[in-house]
Amino acid sequence: MSTQTETFAQPPHARQTALWLAGLAAFLAAWWGIYTHLIAFSEWLVSLLPVKRESHLGDALAFFFYDTPKVLMLLALVVFGMGVIRTYFSPERTRALLSGKREGVGNVMAAGLGVLTPFCSCSAVPLFIGFVSAGVPLGVTFSFLIAAPMVNEVALGLLFGLVGWKVAVTYLAFGLSLAVVAGWVIGRLKLEDWLEDWVKEISIEGTAGLPEERLTFIDRLKLGIDAVHEIVAKVWLWILLGIGMGAAIHGFVPEDLMVRIMGADAWWSVPAAVLLGVPMYTNAAGVIPIVEALLGKGAALGTTLAFMMSVIALSLPEMIILRKVLTLKLIGVFIAVVASGILAVGFLFNLIF
Amino acid sequence: MKHVKVLGPGCKRCDALVTMVKEAANEYGIEVSVEKITDYAEIAKAGVASTPGLVIDGKLVHAGGLPKPDSISAWLAA
Repeated sequence: MSTQTETFAQPPHARQTALWLAGLAAFLAAWWGIYTHLIAFSEWLVSLLPVKRESHLGDALAFFFYDTPKVLMLLALVVFGMGVIRTYFSPERTRALLSGKREGVGNVMAAGLGVLTPFCSCSAVPLFIGFVSAGVPLGVTFSFLIAAPMVNEVALGLLFGLVGWKVAVTYLAFGLSLAVVAGWVIGRLKLEDWLEDWVKEISIEGTAGLPEERLTFIDRLKLGIDAVHEIVAKVWLWILLGIGMGAAIHGFVPEDLMVRIMGADAWWSVPAAVLLGVPMYTNAAGVIPIVEALLGKGAALGTTLAFMMSVIALSLPEMIILRKVLTLKLIGVFIAVVASGILAVGFLFNLIF
Repeated sequence: MKHVKVLGPGCKRCDALVTMVKEAANEYGIEVSVEKITDYAEIAKAGVASTPGLVIDGKLVHAGGLPKPDSISAWLAA
């Protein structure tokens, strides 16, 4: 394209961007307006129904009508924001940033990039090989692979919506620390020999050949909207289920039912939660009904989060996929290191909250 | 005749990309052969770290997620 046509094309484009920005601002204002009136909305909705507000059912319904839009709205906002931010990152670019990085700094960068880089567990294996064979140290690669699925926008958005921003921020901090430390430990152990042989033989040189797709700011906003569509379509049913369960518990079940089993006083509940989480395989959205139900019944937050992290970060099916590139010994070390980290997070959380 | 390779272990998006490529080729009357690469070693060697990846006549043009349909037809026409 010649420079002339470019300067020609710019004015209408700038106008369009301004329009989109104005639309975005209006949308955010409307979002905030609705969000701050949700309690009134749910009370109004219950008052329309032939149910006594003071009854168990009235209580459960008010909770459901308040919590469902609240969680969906927060989730949509977080997913949209992350969706836009993620258009600035790609696994290929992340790999170039991490390639040849020293451990320590590399682990911190990898964990941070793990949160920001778009990642799907279906491409965990190509990503793993791609990183290792391009000269990203093994421990740094693991920091990325631990952070990416565990600290994601769905987990953060849902924690934010269901339990509050303090817990969401603490989860982010602990999840990142876990990824950094576990990756660093794995790197210190010098386990490069424990990769499958064929993985060691692949080496990629000059992978910079991929041309960047030029995206305008409008494209990025559109991709953010796509992300909201995709994720909300995937998780809304789980959220409704979870909140429905939470509402039932809120209305009917006595609060202290589970305190004795999963409360902060039962020290063994954290390891039990981690063990229980390993054979379960689901994404952050799938655990939410369980998390909501556990918290509703008075389970301690640390125990519940340890369970959630274990379900997401340590799963048998994913181990079986990774078995293609890692030897059993290496998988064993990975599980041991990550499980210890989750235990620590669980105990610490129980202490803090 | 364009030789197109779609790299991916067989996720939903990989199949979607194959369909998109065929549709774009049909629309613009470009002859293509589409090959699906599912072997992890092959995928990694192409420099792809996020699937699906798209290789046209031996050149990697896209990796990760689905490209815009316009981009596909532009790559095929190039």
